[in-house]
Amino acid sequence: MSSELTESAGAAALPQGFRGFARDWTADKQTFHVPWGKAMMWIFLLSDTFIFTLFLTSYMNVRMSTRVPWPNPSEVFALSFGGDPIPLILIAIMTFILITSSGTMALAVNYGYRRDRARTAALMFVTAAFGATFVGMQAFEWMKLIVDEGVRPWGNPMGAAQFGSTFFMITGFHGFHVSCGVIYLAVIALKVLRGDYEASGNYEVVEIAGLYWHFVDLVWVFIFAFFYLW
Amino acid sequence: MATATEGHQQHPLAIYLWVWVLLFVLSAFSYMVDYIGLQGYLRWSLIIIFMLAKAGFIVAVFMHMAWERIALIYAILGPPVLLLFAVGFFALEGDYTFLTRLDFFGETDFVPSHPGEAH
Repeated sequence: MSSELTESAGAAALPQGFRGFARDWTADKQTFHVPWGKAMMWIFLLSDTFIFTLFLTSYMNVRMSTRVPWPNPSEVFALSFGGDPIPLILIAIMTFILITSSGTMALAVNYGYRRDRARTAALMFVTAAFGATFVGMQAFEWMKLIVDEGVRPWGNPMGAAQFGSTFFMITGFHGFHVSCGVIYLAVIALKVLRGDYEASGNYEVVEIAGLYWHFVDLVWVFIFAFFYLW
Repeated sequence: MATATEGHQQHPLAIYLWVWVLLFVLSAFSYMVDYIGLQGYLRWSLIIIFMLAKAGFIVAVFMHMAWERIALIYAILGPPVLLLFAVGFFALEGDYTFLTRLDFFGETDFVPSHPGEAH
């Protein structure tokens, strides 16, 4: 066992492709040649993938099976700045904010591995700030929908009642993930800034936090396509 | 692509910046699909293509999946393929429910009111 574990240090020497696939999965040895935290984060994200896919699938199911016309998201989420309402503009801005935050997170991971503490922490705080902005805009969107448009989980004046329940469930769960991510990133950024990882020089925690953050962006890609563009 | 040394995903900054720009462009494209009001199969194929391209770039580059070993890639990306079966089943079921409702209740009698009226 111990000899199998120590040999994982030379992952580059292991066979690649299908040979590597068979070798990694056979016998009593370490399967994933990555830090355990990273493997666990990936498995958590896999379980989250199932949750979000089932949310989106049940949304598809109720939307397909209702006789009542579905409210047109292009109009429901339009916003006017003085002039004619621009369709989906708030959602488009939220999408760009989340992508921007994904970019700053990717750079933070990169600077982490260069052991550039200040830049890593700064970029993570910027990422968290973008995330908080996203949640703020989502709160505004919910408020507009609930107060101005009269959307409730059990009905709305524009069409199928299922619109409200699926909308609040899906975007609410996603917003919860973003909120948790903001806290998670802020905590890790503070620890980076404090120099908690200087002794070991191991900044993989930043990459693991990054995996979570990119996943949140990834989920939004699907919500944007299936909820807002359908 | 070469496998990175264990637990150390360090790559040139340029690749992140390029993917970043690409994600912006793809998002703008998918927004434009709605903005200019494309409909039908064209709308749906474009939305799905842009969505999958964005998802692919995020997972492959930002999440470093392109440089991971194949054992991890299959373990993470394999199971979600099963979800496509669930999507297929629920689509069939939704269609069946819709037709049954039309059969029993007829066309909808829902009249949309102006936003903000009903509370």
